Amino acid sequence: MTQWSGYLGLIVQGALVTIGLTLMGSVLALIMAFLAGMGRLSRFFILRALATAYIEFFRGTSIFVQLFFAYFVLPLIGLELTPLQAGVLALGLNVGAYAAEVVRGAVQSIGREQHEACIALNLGRWQGLRHVILPQAFLVMLPTFGNNAIELLKATSVVSLISLADLTFQAQVVRAQTGNTMVPFATILVIYFILALLISWGVRSLERRMARGLDGVRV
Amino acid sequence: MEWDWDFVRQILPTLIQGVKITILATLLGSVLAAIVGLGIALARRSPNKALSRTVGWAAEFIRGTPLLVQLYFIFYVLPDIGILLPPLVAGVIGLGLHYGTYTAEVYRAGIDNVPRGQWEAAKACNLNARQTWTHIIIPQAIPPMIPALANYFIAMFKETPLLSAITVLELMNQAKSVANTYYRYIEPITLVGAFFLAISLCSVVLLRWLERRYGKIER
Repeated sequence: MTQWSGYLGLIVQGALVTIGLTLMGSVLALIMAFLAGMGRLSRFFILRALATAYIEFFRGTSIFVQLFFAYFVLPLIGLELTPLQAGVLALGLNVGAYAAEVVRGAVQSIGREQHEACIALNLGRWQGLRHVILPQAFLVMLPTFGNNAIELLKATSVVSLISLADLTFQAQVVRAQTGNTMVPFATILVIYFILALLISWGVRSLERRMARGLDGVRV
Repeated sequence: MEWDWDFVRQILPTLIQGVKITILATLLGSVLAAIVGLGIALARRSPNKALSRTVGWAAEFIRGTPLLVQLYFIFYVLPDIGILLPPLVAGVIGLGLHYGTYTAEVYRAGIDNVPRGQWEAAKACNLNARQTWTHIIIPQAIPPMIPALANYFIAMFKETPLLSAITVLELMNQAKSVANTYYRYIEPITLVGAFFLAISLCSVVLLRWLERRYGKIER
């Protein structure tokens, strides 16, 4: 019987790295999603073009290739990144591109009458966006953001390939040390699944919270 | 580090070898995903509660965990119980199962979108279950699904670099081995990115066409 308790410590360390990576990646993705999503709706052509180029590029290439590019190619042009930085950068930019389309779709789904009401109340563009449009649009975005966050969590497993010690990496270590494949991989599959369930549960409760006070506004 | 066109010409044949495997894996994976998805969708509609619950949970589990770990699982764990798979077969099974859980949702939505009246009309015409499915439901359910299915196949195409982790010699792996041999990363990895971007942009055009051709649901 192998001493599993010591190996469990490794797996827990890996889980912490995965969670940290997911959180940091999500924050970057959220920022990029709003920047690029609002950029696509901008009045200025140059902003729209920049946002479209960013979204098409990051949705068009594989997360795996982006990660390798960030880790192996960027140092050659003078941008040295640690594995963690490269991971957060690639994950955040990649998922941010997907989420940007969600932001755009949600803002566009808000009815014309809301925009007209903003004008009628003499709100500026920014004020209208901040107090009228975004609070309603955010609720539309939330469920899809939840799915995007789960996609991000699943994508974090790829960082193990650039030697970042996340769950998948630690499972490989345990496998190499014990020669047992079944137990470490089954364990991390369950851990990933629990984390995914936690995300979808968290997003659902956030959705309920945000929906308070909007009764009657949305059908 | 300078961009070197001679080096590009030198490594191109090797990369094209990889491209072939990448495309092969995508095609086989798509076929498998289409079949697995239909199986899951039908099993979830089954009147047998035990079957539909079990399949539902299994699909949820596969969707909530990373493809990379599933690939490791198939490639490293199954040999322990006597199933030895070549890397490409293991990769295709992984891709097919993972994306099968996504396409199952597309099938479900497509089948749910067939109006109730069609089911009732089939019953009124005294068709049995098999006839109802093959002559009434499937022919109406499939065309609106085609764009959504194609979307997942493109997503699968972008996940194929993960197969390099289980030693399939696809594009990413060829690029890595070339990079490690000559110790030049900038050209191979950039070319891989450019290749994925090119194929993705082409497939976006195809997708738009599919959407115009099949996406409309006639009411």
